[in-house]
Amino acid sequence: MIRGRGVEKRYGRKRALRGVDIAVPRGGFAVVTGANGSGKTTLLRLLAGLAQPTRGDLLVDADRSRIGYLAHEPLVYRELTAVENLELYGRLYRIPERRERVGMLLERFTLWDARNERVSTYSRGMTQRLALCRTLLHDPDLLVLDEPFSALDEDGATLLDRELESLAGQRTVVLTTHDPDRVARLQTARLALT
Amino acid sequence: MTYLADVAALTRKDLRVELRGRDTLPAMLLFVLSTLVVFHFAIPDGAGDDAAYGLLWVAIVFTALLGLARAWVPEQEHGVLDGLVLAPCDRSAIWLGKSIATLAFLLAAQAVALPAFVLFFEPLDATALAGVLLADIGICAVGSLMSAMAAAARAREVLLPLLVLPLAIPLIVGGIGAAVSADGERFLLFLLLYDAVFAVLSWASFEYVVTE
Amino acid sequence: MGLAIILALIVAPEDADQGISQRIFYIHVPIALTAYFCFGLGAVKALFLLWRGDERYDLESYVAIHQGTIFGALTLITGAIWAKASWGVWWTWSSNQLVLFLVLFLFYCAYFMLRFSLEDGPRRARSSAVYALFGVALIPVSFLAIRLAEDFIHPTVFTREGPQMSGSMFATFAITWAAVTLLAYVLYRVELAGKRLDADLRELREALQ
Repeated sequence: MIRGRGVEKRYGRKRALRGVDIAVPRGGFAVVTGANGSGKTTLLRLLAGLAQPTRGDLLVDADRSRIGYLAHEPLVYRELTAVENLELYGRLYRIPERRERVGMLLERFTLWDARNERVSTYSRGMTQRLALCRTLLHDPDLLVLDEPFSALDEDGATLLDRELESLAGQRTVVLTTHDPDRVARLQTARLALT
Repeated sequence: MTYLADVAALTRKDLRVELRGRDTLPAMLLFVLSTLVVFHFAIPDGAGDDAAYGLLWVAIVFTALLGLARAWVPEQEHGVLDGLVLAPCDRSAIWLGKSIATLAFLLAAQAVALPAFVLFFEPLDATALAGVLLADIGICAVGSLMSAMAAAARAREVLLPLLVLPLAIPLIVGGIGAAVSADGERFLLFLLLYDAVFAVLSWASFEYVVTE
Repeated sequence: MGLAIILALIVAPEDADQGISQRIFYIHVPIALTAYFCFGLGAVKALFLLWRGDERYDLESYVAIHQGTIFGALTLITGAIWAKASWGVWWTWSSNQLVLFLVLFLFYCAYFMLRFSLEDGPRRARSSAVYALFGVALIPVSFLAIRLAEDFIHPTVFTREGPQMSGSMFATFAITWAAVTLLAYVLYRVELAGKRLDADLRELREALQ
């Protein structure tokens, strides 16, 4: 699914990601660890397709419609409601039966009651849960998650645990986390960046 | 057809965000009216009637800049622009949706400003109004792209006018010509040419500005 | 080589023996043409950057536009000298070429502002490239606009045509043009090499750390 060799990313003089080798088979569950500044976020952005490596080869066997990326930022409009946000993304990702899928995800992440409230009224945990809905909306084959547990409250974290368990093996997952033990039982590979 | 549906969804989103936030449009309206009043005091007595048209265009361009400066703000909060770029839709649709929405705001501001101008200064005929419309299209097309470029930059409020003003000069010429010249149609054709060239250029190059 | 160029530049105008207005014209027009050429080159390099994705083109495009802007400034300066010598004023709006260069000069100054405000990296390279392409599109459109603007801006008092050229004058003109082009090319290569050297040195230094 993912194969990379000597992958490097520079921004002018700054080297954001040093040469990295990565291989994740389909259905794999890779956990990326490393100190702040080691390039975890940069690597994930490369995997998601938001940037191209400056050096090295990177092959990701999925196009934009099959990749779900959870960034540090929630990537949702503050002035729109949860439903409006997901409806927009649903349209852009060409999801069949959009309305049902949106409703289902909002329920799964316990946002159904707040679905018509603007995101600007949400707590941080709720916003992160909405971001998760956005990531999973189009049922992607490859999930690239940048510290998904960081902004979640305890309930949200439990929901995510459950979600990741059901996805492991069925979909390919690459995530970064400061708490690798939490997902240790699911992981098939570990990548430590320096 | 999905392309147009994407654009429509994006434009609708922009209109909705503005309606909720109500940041930009009231500011543009107030700005253009204040500017027109300032001009009354700024034009010396001896200046010809045509001078007023020149000032109208200055007011329009700076009002447009005001709107353009805020055009990508909703996408910068919470990093939404990345979310849009990640989607499988054509990136140029993002630009087109934004341009149309910005155009809508500019036209809305002008719906108040132009009658005010006629009231305060000089009449505007059909050719002049056509000129305004065509120039609006040009400014919004080019400006949306430049605004996206500037959004990633330091000192973006200063940078945007610098990037847009040289490109706006032909539009101002076209607009004024349409209003004052006896052969206004020639200027309308020129504006059409400008719009065609720069809209296509903006449409094609947006992808490169938002990806790396 | 540089010496030869400078000699050529001095000899050619003296050859003309027509008075200062004519002499400046011999330099002014080639400089203007060279500026256009540099902007065009910058746009071509920019196109390659966007098309091929090789970041080497970013530096080449930048240097070409830098040269173009310098020559553009020189165009305005020599143009002003010419205006003073011919008509006694330092600036006139009736010279379409001068006005065009003023607009372009502003545009390309903004190019540098853009580069200065963005962080180094692919984003800056791409935005600069797109802007460079807008520049060359602006050249003909602006020219057309300025021509049309004559309609309502004050009618020209001065004649727009430059001096007509006879055979020998044309030879002088051609020599000067070649000399200026050569100068531009040399400057381009020198600046490009210098910047490349800087970048290579920086990379070496980082690799050693």
